[in-house]
Amino acid sequence: MIEYLTENELALTLLKIVIIFGGVMGGVAYLSWLERKLIARVQMRPGPTRVGPFGLLQPIADGLKFLFKEDVIPTGANRFLYIAAPILSLVPALLSFSVIPFGPVLQVTDLSIGLLFILAITSLGVYGVVLGGWASNSKYPLMGAMRSTAQMISYELSLTLSIVGVLMVSNTLSLADLITSQQGTWLGFIPRWNIFLQPVAFLIYVISAIAETNRLPFDLAESEQELVAGWHTEYSSMKFAMFMLAEYANMVTVSALATIMFLGGWSGPVFGPPALQLVLPVVWFTLKITVFIFAYVLLRSTVPRFRYDQLMKFGWKVLLPLALANILVTSFIVAIS
Amino acid sequence: MIQILFFFFAALAVGAAINVLVQKHVLYSALSLILMLTSVSVLFILLRADFLAAIQVIVYAGAIMVLFVFVIMLLNLPRDEDGADRLRWLKFIGIPLGLFFVSLVIATLWNVEPAAATGATLVGSPQAIGQSLFTDFVLPFEATSLLILIALMGAVVFAKKDL
Repeated sequence: MIEYLTENELALTLLKIVIIFGGVMGGVAYLSWLERKLIARVQMRPGPTRVGPFGLLQPIADGLKFLFKEDVIPTGANRFLYIAAPILSLVPALLSFSVIPFGPVLQVTDLSIGLLFILAITSLGVYGVVLGGWASNSKYPLMGAMRSTAQMISYELSLTLSIVGVLMVSNTLSLADLITSQQGTWLGFIPRWNIFLQPVAFLIYVISAIAETNRLPFDLAESEQELVAGWHTEYSSMKFAMFMLAEYANMVTVSALATIMFLGGWSGPVFGPPALQLVLPVVWFTLKITVFIFAYVLLRSTVPRFRYDQLMKFGWKVLLPLALANILVTSFIVAIS
Repeated sequence: MIQILFFFFAALAVGAAINVLVQKHVLYSALSLILMLTSVSVLFILLRADFLAAIQVIVYAGAIMVLFVFVIMLLNLPRDEDGADRLRWLKFIGIPLGLFFVSLVIATLWNVEPAAATGATLVGSPQAIGQSLFTDFVLPFEATSLLILIALMGAVVFAKKDL
């Protein structure tokens, strides 16, 4: 088996794709369970408990329910774009996993421009939201789509600019090289992670990433008190599920990117027999991502939503100048050292 | 394999470009333009210019086209816009100009010697592009950034005129 895989590159790549795709889809499904359970505990409720122990089979029940729901297309909707929109938001969300290194071996392909690839692909994801909102031929989705577009354009700037600081420190765009550049320790116990070199960039990145994925406190695109459900108000059944999957997949992507750029990716103590050594980096990587996901969910359950003008002011007048200042200071330090 | 991909995406790019002109609805035209830009970026990847391909998608398809779609959606134009009459005379200038441009492209392609296949040398890598931008092409690069800056400030002046 192993000999066949090392000889046959295509089979190895296919196996990696199957593992990553299955892992991501399973993880994303259970993210919904984790989110419901965590929010429930914050609000002193038990959360899902009926389906399976601790409600663990809830995502499967939800998936089946989505499959059997009636698929409604509103009258006056633009049929072609209405159907294309969920696809256009799910496909880019899943495509970005093709370059993310889950471990030293578990990476489908290492592009020399991996980071730019992810930025390019995720910037295409906004079309799903915009077209979905427009094609529904309804006012709440249109409002949601407009807000979401403005928000995503604004925060993409500070997101991209915060990455520039990291690039100057580590000198590479490849995700695998980014991780290897953070191996080792300072003084024997502090890991050489970029978060210690670029703390400001890390903060800007995390905040903009929350805004990019349309999560609370930046979820003005769907703010349920004003816009029913924002851009996917009219969507039902599997199309709605695809939007949800895309949202959770994007959460995992930005968390994985934060882990790779600032927290050393899959690096961590590796020991034991070879089989364990192969699995441990993946475990560390997943654990680091889970920390971000926890922060995401706890933020959602504790922080109120921004007002729209506050959101825009914060993006353009605080985050963007801060990101630019970070680049200036970093380039100065890199130049003199 | 690469040839099949090339012809597929080249045909897609040309088809989408034609569709931009043929479509009656402005939104569909904009969407075809996005399809065209992304297919061209695939052609860049086939030429091993990965960096250029990523930048193409980020700058054109990702940023500018979002603004494009945004404007079109807010205007929500009817299927046949009224402005078409005003631009009728363009038809008579457009055809000769288009023919002139096509002959220019053909003449250039005719005279160009095909470059020898460079193989593994990474002309399209971010390092190589940065290297040539800041050494051989530093003047055009700075001039372009100045131009963009002026356009930006002009936009701000126009937008804030009434305030």
